Amino acid sequence: MPTPVITANNLVKKYKEFAAVNGISFEVAPGESFGLLGPNGAGKSTTMRMVGAVSTRTEGDLSILGLDPNRYGPEIRSQLGVVPQADNLDAELRVRDNLIVYGRYFGLPTARVRKRADELLEFAQLEDKAKAKVDDLSGGMKRRLTIARALINDPRILLLDEPTTGLDPQARHILWDRLFRLKEQGTTLVLTTHYMDEAEQLCDRLVVVDKGTIMAEGSPASLIREYSSREVLEVRFGSEKNASVAEELGGIGERVEVLPDRILVYSDDGEAELSRIAERGLHPITSLVRRSSLEDVFLRLTGRSLIE
Amino acid sequence: MTAATSAQVSDSRRALDGAVKPRRFGAWYVAEHRFRVMRSYLQTLIVTAFGYPLLYLFAMGVGLGSLVDQTQGQQGVEGVSYLAFVAPALLCTAAVTVASEEFTYPVMLGFKWNPTFFGMNAAPIAPGQIIDGIVISVTARLLLASSLYYVIMLIFGAVPSALGWVAILVGTLGGLAFGVPVMTYVATLEQDTGQIAMLMRFVLLPMTLFSGTFFPLASMPPYLQWIGWISPLWHSTELSRVFTYGSAEPLWLTVVHILYLGALFVVFWMWARRIAARRLNK
Repeated sequence: MPTPVITANNLVKKYKEFAAVNGISFEVAPGESFGLLGPNGAGKSTTMRMVGAVSTRTEGDLSILGLDPNRYGPEIRSQLGVVPQADNLDAELRVRDNLIVYGRYFGLPTARVRKRADELLEFAQLEDKAKAKVDDLSGGMKRRLTIARALINDPRILLLDEPTTGLDPQARHILWDRLFRLKEQGTTLVLTTHYMDEAEQLCDRLVVVDKGTIMAEGSPASLIREYSSREVLEVRFGSEKNASVAEELGGIGERVEVLPDRILVYSDDGEAELSRIAERGLHPITSLVRRSSLEDVFLRLTGRSLIE
Repeated sequence: MTAATSAQVSDSRRALDGAVKPRRFGAWYVAEHRFRVMRSYLQTLIVTAFGYPLLYLFAMGVGLGSLVDQTQGQQGVEGVSYLAFVAPALLCTAAVTVASEEFTYPVMLGFKWNPTFFGMNAAPIAPGQIIDGIVISVTARLLLASSLYYVIMLIFGAVPSALGWVAILVGTLGGLAFGVPVMTYVATLEQDTGQIAMLMRFVLLPMTLFSGTFFPLASMPPYLQWIGWISPLWHSTELSRVFTYGSAEPLWLTVVHILYLGALFVVFWMWARRIAARRLNK
């Protein structure tokens, strides 16, 4: 593996007694697309702020581009692009001016920033919105503008905190497409998400984070292989009956999970399990066979769903 | 050296180079941002910068002044006309008013309502530089507003002394000595549940009334004079009077004015930098 651009070793962040991040270690290689997957409150955003050199770690070692953020905050930040969870675009400035002003914070010459701003407006598909007010943009456009703004300094690493949370499906796909292009161009992406489909789409490698610690690490496919079966059979017997029916499913599938609204049967052949259930005289209201996803990995690791 | 480590060295090198300008000029970039924003309400800025002095000098200096001069005589207030007495005080009051606008809502906005300060800090700008940038931009606006005020005072014939122009600097310093502590306070606010409005009503307004603005402090009952003594506005008003009409006061008092105003400004400025650093580093 080439020299990592980010090395975190036993990273801890405490707020008084509470440890939001409790001993996280990972490395990110140049050009890699790395994800932190976990539910809300897992410590992903806190980790991102430490990596973004705006939050001082309580314990552990952290090196970004070979530099310690405690000492070289502005230096590190000069090479980062940051897309925060909550948009902090400047509502007092128009779309294009947001990019220009932001570029000036990096000390870039105005002429160069103007040119770059126009390129990025094109990249973000916002050319015709250059003079619009930020507040008049849709949620997806705002997020694309935030990404464009984060790219104004040609960053070595792009940090994205929950990039598509709150967006409708179409806006999410447009955004994923833009991020995928960046990935193809070799930009190192680090993103947090609680959407497993997002992690599967964008991440080469990810860590599953819960309660401030790492539960598992690997590529989406390898995590699914390791912690789940190939297929999942979802059966619904009605919320009153799921739990009692589950007791009669002994010997079916590799593993069974009972959720409030449905039962998940893990197996390499979902259809076969469904016929075996029917042979026992049990007839679900609905049934569905699907591929395993990171959601299942998370459920297996923590006993909880990602989105609660 | 292997290829991999040399790649990292070049990354670190790039980072070290990339922060040279922001470390040196970051505060100016923040000020540049403030100027761009001010440009969006430029019309209001210009109208108030011309309108206030005209209105106040007419109403107070000429209108009320003719009445005062009738009963007190042409040199009835501290040896000069009421217009000459009240004009430097009005300049200082205008500066304090401008400062109280620029150091409150834009600060609350940047930390909370539209958290652009967090965006600046995610770029290479340090928290202290954000505070510095605000101070720079407001100082510029204060200088401009006070200069305009002074020019209009000249047109009204309200400045007997040739040293009167120093009042521009005094007014600016007075604005900072009041506004920067206000900014420090606002920077600590997690929510604005009316504190800023209270500040305007119960600090700024009484301060303008009891700072020797419209009548000498000495003509107030002694138990109210302390308001003047702690009020940065009283100190800047008295100091500017020294320059606009050579108001007679002991030298030590003039020195006290300067030191008091300077100390308020600098101490709270440094304090605000620390608060910003704590607030942005979460």
